[in-house]
Amino acid sequence: MTMKNYCWALIDAINEEMARDPDVFLAGEDVAAAGGAFGGSRGLLAAHGPLRVRDTPISEEVIVGLGVGAAMTGKRPIVEIMFMDFFGLCMDQIVNQAAKMHYLYQGAFKMPMVIRTMTAVEMGIGPHHSQSLEAWVGHVPGLKVVMPSTPRDAKGLMKSAIRDDNPVVFIENLALHKIKEDIEDEEFLIPLGKADIKRAGRDVTVVATGLMVHKALAAAEILSQEGIEIEVIDPRTISPLDVDTIVASVRKTNRALVVTSAHKPFGLASEVAAQIMDHAFYDLDVPVARLTPPFTPQPFGKGFEAFLHPDKASIVAAVRELMA
Amino acid sequence: MSPRKQTAGAKTPVGPVRTVEPGHIFQMYRKMLEIRECEDQLNTAFSKNLFPGYIHSYLGQEACAVGVCSALRDDDYIVTTHRGRGHYLAKGMALTPMICEMFGKANGICGGRGGEMHAADPALGILGGNGIVGGGIPYATGAAYSAVLNGSDQVAVAFFGEGASNQGSFHEAMNLAAAWNLPLLFVCENNLYAEMTPFSASSRQVDVARRAEGYGIPGEVVDGNDVLAVYAAAEAAVARARSGAGPTLLELKTYRYGGHFQGDPCHYRTREEEAEWRARDPLIRLHAHILSQNLSSESELDSWREDQKAQVAAAIEVALSSPDPDPNEALSFVYAS
Ligand SMILES: Cc1ncc(C[n+]2csc(CCOP(=O)(O)OP(=O)(O)O)c2C)c(N)n1
Repeated sequence: MTMKNYCWALIDAINEEMARDPDVFLAGEDVAAAGGAFGGSRGLLAAHGPLRVRDTPISEEVIVGLGVGAAMTGKRPIVEIMFMDFFGLCMDQIVNQAAKMHYLYQGAFKMPMVIRTMTAVEMGIGPHHSQSLEAWVGHVPGLKVVMPSTPRDAKGLMKSAIRDDNPVVFIENLALHKIKEDIEDEEFLIPLGKADIKRAGRDVTVVATGLMVHKALAAAEILSQEGIEIEVIDPRTISPLDVDTIVASVRKTNRALVVTSAHKPFGLASEVAAQIMDHAFYDLDVPVARLTPPFTPQPFGKGFEAFLHPDKASIVAAVRELMA
Repeated sequence: MSPRKQTAGAKTPVGPVRTVEPGHIFQMYRKMLEIRECEDQLNTAFSKNLFPGYIHSYLGQEACAVGVCSALRDDDYIVTTHRGRGHYLAKGMALTPMICEMFGKANGICGGRGGEMHAADPALGILGGNGIVGGGIPYATGAAYSAVLNGSDQVAVAFFGEGASNQGSFHEAMNLAAAWNLPLLFVCENNLYAEMTPFSASSRQVDVARRAEGYGIPGEVVDGNDVLAVYAAAEAAVARARSGAGPTLLELKTYRYGGHFQGDPCHYRTREEEAEWRARDPLIRLHAHILSQNLSSESELDSWREDQKAQVAAAIEVALSSPDPDPNEALSFVYAS
């Protein structure tokens, strides 16, 4: 076991996969010489050389396009879009090109590519660097979408994403970059599409993603002292969503709360609620609750984030309400 | 508005004096005949409502696809557009599955999933058409980069129209390809109109090739109705790319005989302009060249045309009698397992 932070766990994952498979390469803004705008690719240039770890121009559409064409012709690219807020500049390549190639041409092309990106939600960097836009890509057939909340998950999921033959949007969370965890030294993979029960409990199922997983776990400590045991489930993969694990939990607890950094309308919280309705409606004692930021852009000034985003206290309050 | 007259290239019957093997010239001529027949007969079939959707005709632009693809190998890559049939055929795609796809049939090259704007064949390096104007150019860089990573001397070609050259994707890809010295040809077929808009109304610089200067790569205007001129320019650009000298932008000045789509009344251009371009027809010019050089006889050339006509007619017959896809098939291939 070695203590690793989330950022280094990701670097290790990419480093191991690049060593294992010469077809894997990494391209993006400042990924090579600088080792990543946030240090997310330190050491990779030295380890794998300038062709396989390459700085690109600030051209998001062609960065993703580079990955699309390379994947179609036998490579396993990892292309980096520094912040997910920049997806507006490359959505055509993601949605119309990467996502549809395998389908349209009936499997003639595999699309083994990872679009590595980041949400910097609650990092105080304003409306163009703070969004949690996983619904944009979760809505598109052909894409897989991963959003890990712990260092070990980040590593195991990144390795699986690189080995997957589909385009995978891998959303890392800047707010979690420095959290640490003991990770085994032996190789391991975490399968895409598999949720993880981060804390077992009998009373309320709390489905949370990214940063919210940690807030939910903190809330669980407080609630536990009141005798309320919540079960915290991190889907880890947004698409395909592990509905089975969520539904099995709700069948046991009969109550569910979904907590996300993304908005309610058309988002993951709504999707999870609908899935629970579809599969466990008669097991519910109360309607599924959703706890998300209100439907506004993210303003910059200090205090706005704390005001807008769910936190330990609001999760505790939402759970108490479900138990009332 | 009367469309601004644009450079058409040489008025000479056919391009630069250089030696191309007669056999190679014949191949080009036959390929152009195949495309011409295909487009002619598909237009007829479409006007009889024999298949749904749209048809973006390649009539008039045959020399562009054939000239460029004649300079390529099977293992070179091409990426094309909504107007891609000429490129598919020129790169060697079989006629019947391509036509069946236009008809949306189960035995179409995409199993009826793509329709007119999509076809691909990895074995021939054909990496797809596109419903998005400018959507293919970015990923041509990735195919070129695969060649770089593999240390091979393959090249990639991105075909697109002058309309697409106003997309950011074109500029991003040109810049990356230039900065990275990629083995990539940017081939702009400037047929003067993007849908109904003349290029002069959407770009102050009407020679797309001049944009290459801004990216530090060679750019060349070529008479796109002269297959031998296109071939010569493509061959030189391919040789540069294979030797590691990087990308080139070729602008092929050409004209689409039909409207943007079949049924377009073409109110945005004059009948005189259309007639002028018809007089520079790429097939007539190559035909004249072959005869003037005594490479072949009128009757032989006629027999080739009849031959292509029959092959296209047979492919359309196959398409007409082919089954529609099983709708359940819609659920497969969303993900690779
Ligand atoms: C992104 C996008 N914008 C607009 C369209 C609609 N559209 C289809 S073809 C076309 C004109 C394209 O012109 P050009 O690139 O010159 O190619 P051409 O049709 O002349 O071959 C337009 C505007 C589209 N399909 N995709």
